[in-house]
Formats: sequence, C-alpha cells, structure tokens
Amino acid sequence: MVTKLKEVDVVVVGLGWTGGILSKELAEAGLKVVALERGAMRSTEKDYSVPNIRDELRYVVRHDLMQNTARDTITVRNSPSQEALPMRRLGSFLPGEVVGGSAVHWSGHTWRWTDMEFKVRSNYEERYGKNFIPADMTIQDWGITYDELEPYYDKFEYTAAISGKAGNIKGAIQPGGNPFEAPRAREYPLPPLTPILASEMFTDAAKNMGYHPFPRPSANASRAYTNPDGSKFGACQYCGYCQRFGCEANAKGSPHITVIPIAMKNPNFELRTHSWVTKVLKDTDGKKVTGVTYTNILNGEEFEQPAGMVLLCAYAINNVHLMLLSGVGEPYDPVAQKGVIGKNYCYQTGAGATLFFEGRHFNPFMNAGGSNATMDDFNINWNFDRGPHKFVGAYNVSGGFNTVLPIGYRPVPRGTPQWGKAWKAATAKWYQTAMNISASGSVMANRYNCYDLDPTYRNAFGQPLMRMTFDYQPNEHRMGEHAAKVVNDIAKSMNPTHLNEATARTLPWTAVPYQSTHNTGGTIMGTNPRESALNKYLQSWDCHNLFVVGANVFPHNASYNPTGPVGALAYWTADAIKKYVRDPAPLVAA
Amino acid sequence: MTDFGRRDFLKGAVAGSVATTAPLVAEAQAQTPAPATPAAASAVPGYAFLNLDEAAFVEALADHMVPADELTPKGTDIGVNVYIDRALAGAWGKGDRLYMQGPWKPGAPSQGYQSPLTPAQLYRAGIEATNTHCRKTYGKTFDRLTEQQREEVLLGLSTAKITFDNGLPVRPFWAMLYQTVMEGMFSDPIYGGNRNKAGWKLIGFPGAIAVHRENIEKYKDKKFPSNPLSISDMS
Repeated sequence: MVTKLKEVDVVVVGLGWTGGILSKELAEAGLKVVALERGAMRSTEKDYSVPNIRDELRYVVRHDLMQNTARDTITVRNSPSQEALPMRRLGSFLPGEVVGGSAVHWSGHTWRWTDMEFKVRSNYEERYGKNFIPADMTIQDWGITYDELEPYYDKFEYTAAISGKAGNIKGAIQPGGNPFEAPRAREYPLPPLTPILASEMFTDAAKNMGYHPFPRPSANASRAYTNPDGSKFGACQYCGYCQRFGCEANAKGSPHITVIPIAMKNPNFELRTHSWVTKVLKDTDGKKVTGVTYTNILNGEEFEQPAGMVLLCAYAINNVHLMLLSGVGEPYDPVAQKGVIGKNYCYQTGAGATLFFEGRHFNPFMNAGGSNATMDDFNINWNFDRGPHKFVGAYNVSGGFNTVLPIGYRPVPRGTPQWGKAWKAATAKWYQTAMNISASGSVMANRYNCYDLDPTYRNAFGQPLMRMTFDYQPNEHRMGEHAAKVVNDIAKSMNPTHLNEATARTLPWTAVPYQSTHNTGGTIMGTNPRESALNKYLQSWDCHNLFVVGANVFPHNASYNPTGPVGALAYWTADAIKKYVRDPAPLVAA
Repeated sequence: MTDFGRRDFLKGAVAGSVATTAPLVAEAQAQTPAPATPAAASAVPGYAFLNLDEAAFVEALADHMVPADELTPKGTDIGVNVYIDRALAGAWGKGDRLYMQGPWKPGAPSQGYQSPLTPAQLYRAGIEATNTHCRKTYGKTFDRLTEQQREEVLLGLSTAKITFDNGLPVRPFWAMLYQTVMEGMFSDPIYGGNRNKAGWKLIGFPGAIAVHRENIEKYKDKKFPSNPLSISDMS
C-alpha cells in the first residue's frame, strides 16, 4: 500500500551540499521543495560537541556518521571476469548518512578544477596526438568551461568559508599562492590556516627543488567569519579531529550550518528525514519523471511523492544506483560500448612517504583538515611534459597532516616488529618525529570501469545492489611511478633520520583500507546523449525535468578533491533550473 | 604465567565443594600480581562475552603483545582484554553495520571481509582454532605456552603460515585480533581499555582536548606537555 502525497514543485533526494544548495536556492525562487533524506538530523550542539565528538573509535573506526552497509551496500570486483562480492562493511570510501551528508565529515579541501579536466580529450589530442590516448581510455570533454564555472566556484568558496591564498587574480600571479591555478575574480574569503611544522618543512624543501608550494585551500575557517548568506562560522581550533567528525566549533564549511538551516526557515521548504527513496517514477511516454517513491524507515510505510521536477542529490554512488533502479537512460554496456548510465566510474590513486626526524616534534594531533602545503607542478601545469612519461593525467604533492589519530596512526620505520617491547619502544620513539609527503593522482576513465546492477545481491528493500567494476590501468601505474619518485626525491632532500619510501601502486584496487571518498562518474555530463547521461546543466538527456547533481557527473577524476566543482555545479544547476521553470524543456538540444 | 591459572581455579570451584571455595579465592588473589596503579584494581574483571578458555587466550594475547616494561603496564593491566570483551559483547561484535546476506564466497583479498561470521563469532572460532593448533603443535593451549612459543604462534598467524584445519580463514581472524588489541590500547578509556590513558601516555597523545588554536604556534617543534584527557575526564 503506497500512499500518494500531494504534488510539489521539486523533490530533492539527499540533503548534503548539493541538495542543501539547490533546496535553498529554489525555495528562495518561490518553488515548493521537499527534501527526502535517508539519514537523521544531527546538530552541532547535540551531536558534534566536546567531549563526545572526540572519539576515534566511534567516528573513524565504527563509522558513526556513515552509510550503514547492513541495509545497503555495493558489490565490488576488479574486472568483468571476476565475481563481484558485497562490500560487507565500508572501507575504501565513506559516504555519509545524515542531514548534511558527507559534507559533515569531510576535511574541507576545496579546489577549482580547470579546463585541463573539462577539455581533457581535446587537450591531449592537440598536444600529443590521438594515439597518445589508449584505445580503452574513454575520456571525453565535459561540455563546460572554466570561465562559465568561475562565478559559481567563487559563490561556493564564499559560502563554505574557504581559507587560502589566491595564486592568480584576473591573470596577475600572486606571491604565496598557486601560480598554476586558473584566473579567479578575487581573493579567498579567508586567509590561509596557520602552517604546521610538517607543512613548513615540506614548503622549504619543495621550494629548494624549484617547485611552487602553497597553502592548501580548505573549508576550515582560519578566523571567525560570516558568509554572504549570514551563516556564522567560528574559528578553526586545529583540534586534530576533522575528517570523519562533525565540527564542534562550526568552523568547517558544511551544509548543516549554512544552506540547510536557511532553507529550513523558508516556508517553501520541507525536510523529511529517515526517508529512503527507492525509485524515480517516469511518465508513460518516458520523456519526463513524475516523482519518487520512498519508504519511511521509522515504520516501513511507503509513499509516492509526485513532483514537477526531481533532483538527485544523494552521494555519487547512490545517485547512479537510483538511475539504474529507475530505468532512466540506457544502462552502459562496456562490451558493446553502448548506453550511458554507469559509464566512466573513476577513483583516485596515490603514493606516500613517511619521514622520520629524530629530535623534531611534529605534534600530529594539532592540525586542521587542510593543514598541509601542496604543489601543482605535476598537476594543472602544462609545462610538465607528459610525453616522455607516457601517461594521461596528473598528481598533486603535499606535505602535512589531516586527522591522524592513534588507533590508526602510529608511524614506525619499516621492519619494526608489530607487537612486544620493541614495537612499543619504537612507537613511543617515533610517533612525534614523523611527517608525511603524499601524492594524490587522477584516474582516467576506462571502458571497463563502470557500474551496473548486481545479479545476485539485494539491499534491505529487496532491490539489486549496485555493482562496481574497477581497477587501475597501466596509465595510472606509470603515473604512480613518476609520483613516487618525485615524492621520494623531495623526502631525501630533507635528510630524514629514516625514510619509509613511497612506492607506485601496481596492485589491484582493494575495498580496504580507507583510500578516499572521491568516487566519480556513472551519470556523466557531456555534449551529446550518445556519450553522456546529462547535458552541461546536469539535466537528463532522457527526462528533462530530472537533474542529477554530484561527483557522479564527472566524466573522469582529477588529482584534486571533488567538492569544489560539486558545489560550483550545484549553484550552476540552480541558476539553470531557475531559467528552466519558465520554459520547461531541454536546456540543450540533443 | 603459572600453570595454575584463574581458569583452573574457576573450573575447580565449580567442581569442588562449597567448603573449599574461600581458601581458593584467597589463593587465586594471592597469585594475582599487584595492580600497576590503584585504578587498575579490578584484576578479575567480569566478562560479558568471553568464556573461560577465551578469556585465558585474550589475557595471554594482551600481555604478550603489550608486555609490561618502563613504558606501560602489561596489556591486562591497561584493560586490553576488557576492551575486547566489551567490543565483542556489543553491537560491533554482533555484526552491526555488517552486510550479512549470502551467498558467501571466499573472494579475492581486494574484496575485503567476506566471512559469514559476525566479529564475535569469528573471534570465538579463531581462538578455538588457534588453541587446536597450539595443542597439536605444543600439547598445550595458547595461554599455557612459553613466551617463545606464543611469539611463534603470533608470527604464524600474522603471516598466515598457520592454517586452520577446519577451513576458517586465518587472515581475517588475525586482522581482527591485531586491530582489537590496538583499539584496546589507544581508544578512549570509556570503552574499557587504555586504562589510565596508558596508551596515549606512551606516545604523548593529548586525547580529547578541545582546542589547539593557540598551541599550534606556541608548541611548534616543541614537546606538548601532555597530560591526556579522556571523554570521561571532560564529562
């Protein structure tokens, strides 16, 4: 028995950054908006306050703010020939399940992706010729430009209280910033965070080698701040509990302290928590969607929520899952290379070194989410010639710390016993003396890295789990070798007492341990419906009143964290929808 | 570790007459080492999950992996065994957040945890299988082995050179065993381990302290005067 509810203008599925931004913007534009969030409401005052939030076991190890895999998970495999098995508990990535989504527990690293990504195929073909791109590398241009997105990056950065130093304002290179970044209209809203010893030592070493390090831009307010919407931020306390935790100081740019409370004050907006969307409903002719069905997970009751427009704003993986479950768009077939839903799933890669300096005190428990220095000399810098190294893509290198707590972080030189007196002595000796340098690398799309519905395993609602097929390709292995050498060269130049060297990743991707919650692709944006699921306004090519927002729209994954373009594209889409409601039709001709 | 442990005492007490119980209690207490600190007074903790054999195993494991020295008291004196018992008895041990639908396949290592068992069931089966291996190899259960023999067993488990005859996979058992010992040493003391914050004191971790905004410059490249605070200290 499904109860049919009264139609609303817009139903938003998932209330994190993207759902929060769109809910606020569209409610303010006069539309009646209902947001359906599977998680619960939690607040800074009740849930993210000291001392209880300072609990590594609860939040890092036991995933208190994360998706509960007992109810719904994905199956994983490295290649189409392998049998996919369920990810029985979270590991490699950690989607959030709470009002605010993953943006409650993120670290805040916020980047502007540039035309190096948005025109990826054109760029590489132009520079290196068509044959430089492997035949099975399904990279494609995004259909959007940096210049189009710049005002929306700016809006997101000012909303989310990004602390940083501009490197390029309207073409003028700024000392202390990232000289390789694309031109921005103005400075960051807040100055950079106070550097920590590890980021200072990395900065000195990188400069000595001729590189261009700069403080990482992040949504950790370096001082108290009120954003343009009037949302108030406290100053970051460098508490060391950022990633996986809610912020007790309201210093982390998160939707539950910004766009969501503003939307909730608007009479046009209604939030329903504990509401699990099971399907997007299509009109009989398949040209439009008519709403969604959802279950109130407090009592199992099922509802149909009719809506003039549906916005999928759940975690990237779950947006793609809903599209496949709902039969919107043609599922991708990696063998025939037809269809689009599920195409171009990408992840990230990396290489890291641990450096030990006897006598130094790094105090690894004092840091913000963004306490590191970064260099883009091998990232968004075309002067770095990929030709001789034979890889497409890029990596950034950084030195510093982000939420290193003692159950998970007790660095010792390689070869140290794992238990007993020698282990204890080494743990005590080296804990304070270690710092990290790491590279974070892009992953280019590959025809076989994709999503579809699992033939065997089901979730708590009896629906097929999503199946993820993913592995790193030789392209990424080659990039990893280059990155590991650069990391090790910088590390060695610092003359550490001991060095655990970085090594290139060549083994298959694994579902454990944690790597990064930067899953991209599956419902990608693009220039035409044969190659992409969405147009440049994140509007479905198939159903023009359906928009899908999140990192699932990225046609490939860069080395940068995804939230900058995720937030910017949410504002970009909000503006497109405000135009769309005046003339509901495809915003781009197919 | 003497051959006559608490397990023998408790088994004997069940079998023996009421009249002999009191002296045995005194004897058992006399054999218990003096607690390292006053707060560690509960040398005979109650267990919510572990049975006698399992308790003996976990206590021996905790004390072998975390032996007493000038850096910390031994594992049972900082509550590693208590942490493990409570974790197994609680929601995590019973499979909270674990996708528990079949079919069950061993899978590739890259596919992560594929055991059909909850953590508590795996722990129980793993202890039993390890003791079976120890009896076969040394004629005694793990808790009765010499320090050298225990070291051999842990090395065998950690490298998966030991395999279990009943087919129980060694790797997930060892991974869980190791992780829970570390959790018992470094998690907040509200969970029963890290008693007196001994694990945090070992490394100089300040615990649940709330603010470092001023400290970040003040203690740059300097030792932070850490007297760690736990959640209960601040509650």
